[in-house]
Amino acid sequence: MATMAAPISATSAETSSPSGIWSWLTTVDHKRIGILYLVTAVFFFCWGGLEALVIRTQLIGPNMKIVNAEQYNQLFTMHGTTMVFLVIMPLSSAFFNFLIPLQIGARDVAFPRLNAFSYWVFLFGGIVITLPILFGLAPNGGWFGYAPITTMAYSSGYNIDYWVLGLQILGVASLAAAFNFITTIINMRAPGMHLMRMPIFTWMSFVVQFLVILAFPVITVALVFLMFDRFFGTNFYTIAAGADPLLWQHLFWIFGHPEVYILILPAFGLVSEVLPTFSKKPLFGYPVMVYSGMLIGFLGFGVWAHHMFSVGMGPVADSVFSLTTMLIAIPTGVKILNWVSTMWGGNIRFTTSMMFGIALVAMFTVGGISGIMHSSSPADLQQTDSYFVVAHFHYVLFGGAVFGIMAGVYYYFPKMTGRMMSETIGKWHFWVFFIAMNLTFFPMHFAGLYGMPRRIYTYDAGQGWETFNVMSTAGAYLQAVGMLLFLYNFITSWRSGPKAGNNPWGAPTLEWALPSPVPDYNFAHIPTITSRYPLWDQKAEELVKSESETTIDGRLKTAKELGIPMPFPTIRPLIAALLMCTMICSVLFIHAGNLPLALTIGIASFLGLTFTLVSWLTSALE
Amino acid sequence: MASAAIPDPHHAADAHSHPPTTTGLNHRKIAVWAFIGSECMLFVSLISTYLIYKGRSIAGPYPHEWWCRATNTIGKTAAELGTCAPAETFKPILNIPVTSASTFVLLMSSLAMVLALAAVENADKPKPTGTWENILRSSKTWLWVTAILGTTFLGFQAYEFTSFVHEGLTIRTNLFGSSFFTLTGFHGAHVTVGVLWLLALLGIDYKRGLKPADALNVDIAALYWHFVDVVWIAIFTLLYLIQ
Repeated sequence: MATMAAPISATSAETSSPSGIWSWLTTVDHKRIGILYLVTAVFFFCWGGLEALVIRTQLIGPNMKIVNAEQYNQLFTMHGTTMVFLVIMPLSSAFFNFLIPLQIGARDVAFPRLNAFSYWVFLFGGIVITLPILFGLAPNGGWFGYAPITTMAYSSGYNIDYWVLGLQILGVASLAAAFNFITTIINMRAPGMHLMRMPIFTWMSFVVQFLVILAFPVITVALVFLMFDRFFGTNFYTIAAGADPLLWQHLFWIFGHPEVYILILPAFGLVSEVLPTFSKKPLFGYPVMVYSGMLIGFLGFGVWAHHMFSVGMGPVADSVFSLTTMLIAIPTGVKILNWVSTMWGGNIRFTTSMMFGIALVAMFTVGGISGIMHSSSPADLQQTDSYFVVAHFHYVLFGGAVFGIMAGVYYYFPKMTGRMMSETIGKWHFWVFFIAMNLTFFPMHFAGLYGMPRRIYTYDAGQGWETFNVMSTAGAYLQAVGMLLFLYNFITSWRSGPKAGNNPWGAPTLEWALPSPVPDYNFAHIPTITSRYPLWDQKAEELVKSESETTIDGRLKTAKELGIPMPFPTIRPLIAALLMCTMICSVLFIHAGNLPLALTIGIASFLGLTFTLVSWLTSALE
Repeated sequence: MASAAIPDPHHAADAHSHPPTTTGLNHRKIAVWAFIGSECMLFVSLISTYLIYKGRSIAGPYPHEWWCRATNTIGKTAAELGTCAPAETFKPILNIPVTSASTFVLLMSSLAMVLALAAVENADKPKPTGTWENILRSSKTWLWVTAILGTTFLGFQAYEFTSFVHEGLTIRTNLFGSSFFTLTGFHGAHVTVGVLWLLALLGIDYKRGLKPADALNVDIAALYWHFVDVVWIAIFTLLYLIQ
């Protein structure tokens, strides 16, 4: 282990890459796109958090009148939609983008321009779905948008339109990114980077991309049906025409349950990087961690109907889905056991990142145990649609996904920015978040068991819910304090944090062999990998070229000086993304009854998109 | 640790070129397979919905049965409807003989696509002497044949859709209409994209000639084309043949 910490100096890690807003609009560098995802998602995190604060303020006591029922519907719909599609998924995407090429020894993703396209589509989709709340027109049908309640007959406003179109656009972004990452991981690994030597984060990302490409088409179809019903008068969700009221629920949850694993597996991957580093021990049972990740992904497609135990599918279906749901606990439990075993007997350093990592293990276990309770369909019948369920999924999504991502942010911030985050503020952030999270969500278990239903905008006194709601609201405000601490730490550290070396944590994986921040070409030469933990088993100099070869005049050499071909920056992905969004959104004018305008905008966008794509495909990549 | 002393086996890969891919396959080939995997789920969802809704429409017209609107009776033959005014009588919508012909056309287009790819792969071989041999060895010929057969299939579909509308079935009529037109419409849109793709390849072929180095481009288009064909076989079997 003595050999690992020979850093190749980050003396002058300032790369010569251009700055300024144009360089960000035209970037095709996976690291910059990762940072764009991170910053955008943090913004949406604050946005979705503010929505939650209004919700919690409304629920602090009985019969509050901060918002009315309609506003409340919009708030809880947008809180869920924002946190799932605009926060946790893009936060994971930030790490997919930033880390996957670095971890497998590649210079970029397989399709750098398509990668930029994914980001811009995500951003515009996020705007389409988020902006209407400022005009009181936000989607109001829940993040699950159950049809037929979201059909024209019951929701004739524009609200649901923004939701349908926004999700359709966001789906394109996720799918394009998934094809890109699958190709990158299969085809761009450095020599010796066998599948079973890949870092666990890359492995979990790999599984997630398959979940994306197999699950997103299903919600695409469900949304197409809803769109056709709303705009063209088809009957997919018209019960009077004989439609099945469960069609949407089945299609949505066939997507929706794999989506849960799309949200959590990247966080599992990040924690599987953090725990070994700060325990100075290889991950316990690496192969089993890989297989359990794959098994979770596979079983994730066979449990969707546990979201529907209360609709009356019959005892056989209920039993089957109860069993498959209980089965998923096995690979998940294996992961928990392996993380604990990784730490067992290790030389643990309690950095902020490590504390968030350990907190994930604990909090996800709490959420997992209430999940097992839901898997039993008779028990679930009592708990469904109550705050007990809200408590459960906030433990797995906040205590799991968000804590895992926070562990990742503190861990990888030095690699992204070249600077360290403050550990002092970081630990304050951790403890405030940890206490606030439990204060907010633990009482919800009791509120739920005392019968408090989800999605109600207010409640009468005397039902035994008041104390729990006060606690939850206090916790929510405390979370806001924690978030402010994080933002302060994030911004000030980025500006003036102490410089990080190449490998400030003594971490074992390939990305830590590179300078911080990483030069635009990543690897001056493609390393040859001989082990799962290259920096613990190999000398850094064997992995990347020595300082004398990669620096000149006290700075890092540019790609040009090294003779590395780099993709040109281009604005085309942004324009293509924008035109695709206007094309999809043109159907809004059909709802407004202005078919000619809809056709004009739609066709003009389509022609512009075609022109942009031709120009994109015929221009040189590098 | 003087790293200069370590021989660098990858030096050649560094200068002005990309390192070889892990699998030896081109990136785009892997991406298109992933894309096709995703498309499978799209069509599985569409086809499943059609099958779930089969027989659930509360009003006709129906795919394989006669229907009398006035009495809302269904029959295997017109006679089973009993007395029903001609204006109230709706015949079975799906026309298996016509669709068998269009299915045959689409299947033959896959054959032409294979020959087009072979022609591009062999474009560097010495030219045969006879005119006919030359035509049969030309990638332009087979790309044209594929595109024209694809367009013929779309023509059949346009004919089918118009006649269904004349027979009283629109996308709004009933569950059968909604799920049928959406599913086959999605498939038709995929064929249209394929035809445009083939025309783009033809444009390149006329501009500078497709060489064996372009085989990958044609190969990827062919993968997509065959996939769209296979989906049609599933649709034809499940919607038309199985009653």
